[in-house]
Amino acid sequence: MGLGRFMVRRLALSLLVLAGLSILIFLIARVVPGDPARLALGPRAPEWAVQSLREEMNLDKPLHVQYYLWLRGLLRGDLGKSLLTRRPVMDDIKEFLPATCEIVLFSALVMAVGGILLGVLSASYPNSWFDNVVRVVAYLGIVTPSFVWAVIFVLIFGYIWPILPVIGRLEMTVEAPPVFTGFLLLDSLIFGKYEAFWDGLRHLILPSVALALGGMAQAARITRSSLMENMGKDYALAQVAYGIPWRVTLGKYLLKPSLIPTVSVMALDIAALFANAFLVELVFNYPGISGYGIRAMLNKDVNAISGVIMVMGVIFTGVNIIVDLVVAYLDPRVRLVGGSQSG
Amino acid sequence: MEDSTLVEIKNLTVWYRVYGGLLRVLDGVNLSVARGQKVGIVGETGCGKTTTVKAILRILPKNAVVPEGTIMFQGRNVLKMRGRELQELRGQGIAMVFQDPTAALNPVFTIGQQIMEVIKYARPGGKAKEWREMAVRALKEAALPDPERLMENYPFQLSGGMRQRVCIAMALATARTLLIADEPTTNLDVTIQDQVLRLVRRLVEEKGTSLILITHSLGVAREMTDLVYVMYAGTMVEVAQTDELFDNPLHPYTLGLLQSIPKLTGGGVTQGIAGRIPDYANPPPGCRFAPRCDQAMPICSERKPALFDAGGGHQVACWRFAAGGEAVA
Repeated sequence: MGLGRFMVRRLALSLLVLAGLSILIFLIARVVPGDPARLALGPRAPEWAVQSLREEMNLDKPLHVQYYLWLRGLLRGDLGKSLLTRRPVMDDIKEFLPATCEIVLFSALVMAVGGILLGVLSASYPNSWFDNVVRVVAYLGIVTPSFVWAVIFVLIFGYIWPILPVIGRLEMTVEAPPVFTGFLLLDSLIFGKYEAFWDGLRHLILPSVALALGGMAQAARITRSSLMENMGKDYALAQVAYGIPWRVTLGKYLLKPSLIPTVSVMALDIAALFANAFLVELVFNYPGISGYGIRAMLNKDVNAISGVIMVMGVIFTGVNIIVDLVVAYLDPRVRLVGGSQSG
Repeated sequence: MEDSTLVEIKNLTVWYRVYGGLLRVLDGVNLSVARGQKVGIVGETGCGKTTTVKAILRILPKNAVVPEGTIMFQGRNVLKMRGRELQELRGQGIAMVFQDPTAALNPVFTIGQQIMEVIKYARPGGKAKEWREMAVRALKEAALPDPERLMENYPFQLSGGMRQRVCIAMALATARTLLIADEPTTNLDVTIQDQVLRLVRRLVEEKGTSLILITHSLGVAREMTDLVYVMYAGTMVEVAQTDELFDNPLHPYTLGLLQSIPKLTGGGVTQGIAGRIPDYANPPPGCRFAPRCDQAMPICSERKPALFDAGGGHQVACWRFAAGGEAVA
């Protein structure tokens, strides 16, 4: 019952954040110098054509009216038209977002499983050669940006030891499934195209791992240090003193509290994956939303910019809520604050 | 060794390896606990009380080494135990209550989950329902109100006194032959201290469990124990029946301790003992108390005094009593 109230409060806060975000991005996209209509049509377009495009996009109206019209559209799921692709922004997002989501989800999985596993192993054998290797590699992982890993991977797996594909989402020779959810792997499974599933998975590995390494290293370090810290606590000693075997103490009673900081930091890392995805998508020539968003920004494609950022905002808040839920599950002090004695 | 002896520690020496040297913390500790006996270990902070009892449970930190000594528990040497035997010793033989109940309970598991886990490993082969019943009964025995609801609570929802009661319940949920209580009331309010101590005494007396109570308070030792060991800088300096010790303290350190108790009526704060516990990396040769002792003789800083018998089971490690008695250890 504590959890229900916790969630309601959390959702209400998220809505407030999203409302604030919508005003902010709307204004920033429009206040930045440059005339979007002129940029879209090019320097040689006649003035009347530019003027009519301005009117079509409501760019001639006062800002608050523009915001009202944009927000009305947003609530109906209409984000306006992209000046660059000349298509509704919503259609563009539907096309590009699932690909990026696939990379990011896969990446998050690699990050969480790999990071926690390495952290636990490292903490179990502190100062062993394994621990030392993990710690050094973790430093490397944290200081190296993901696009550098991407370039190194392309070099290794595309040139020296070509065992994994380094370009695109699917081989040209593999029969693609029809687009249903937009998630290639999911669509392949739904329509029984197992060859496409396997090929899509192979294409996902390198970009995802390149993207995940930094966060994975971070997660491993945090898991290790918080586990080590908790190992020194009296309750760890108490459990051993009461005859509970060490592996149970470590794997159950120490891991749970130790994961709280890991999960909190990982939330930020998962959110940052969307931002880092851009250069990785570029290196692996992978069609995703990050590339689309950057193109929109360079061309002052106002509707596309606002649309992409809004979608990202919704995803960020979503990830945050999920992480809060996980933390609340792990930490009763978060879940039950203000709750009754019986919890 | 008599049959009634439960724990017999002989010449226990413990060192800690630290950066740049060795800390020679325990220097030939002797201690013996009979079945059903309540034994106190008194001494100031840092004198090795906790190290001694952690050695009994084999939960010393990883940098500790035990170069010498034996710890016999029910006739078996604890220091030679491994794997299963050690597990049985901890699960069924000895239980320990820690100084800080807040730190000794896992913050993210319920009281019930934690007590049941202890019972599960102390009595392998049972059913979850039995564990639950035993846990509830243990909480009830520890005079905790509404034990059923308490099972679902988390440690942070309880007061400090209740947490320590939970720890005691956890330690005594299954039958044990020895309870070690490491300053169980130091972190509690004065008004709660007395209740918790009474609870410990009632439970060990009811269950016939032996008790090792560590405390720095002579008053607590006097009220709770049958036999008191006075410890100084890793050695036992005096052992006597509790009444005998308070009526007739012999060791200069014990006298100093007794004099350092602030009196409620007049006098104000007392002098205490000048100086500090010695540096364990370079302990003084001979008697470790000699540098602080106002009655020190030349021999004190040269040779370590053995425990000399002063009559009636009263033993004291001080050269001043060497002439009267004979060395017993």
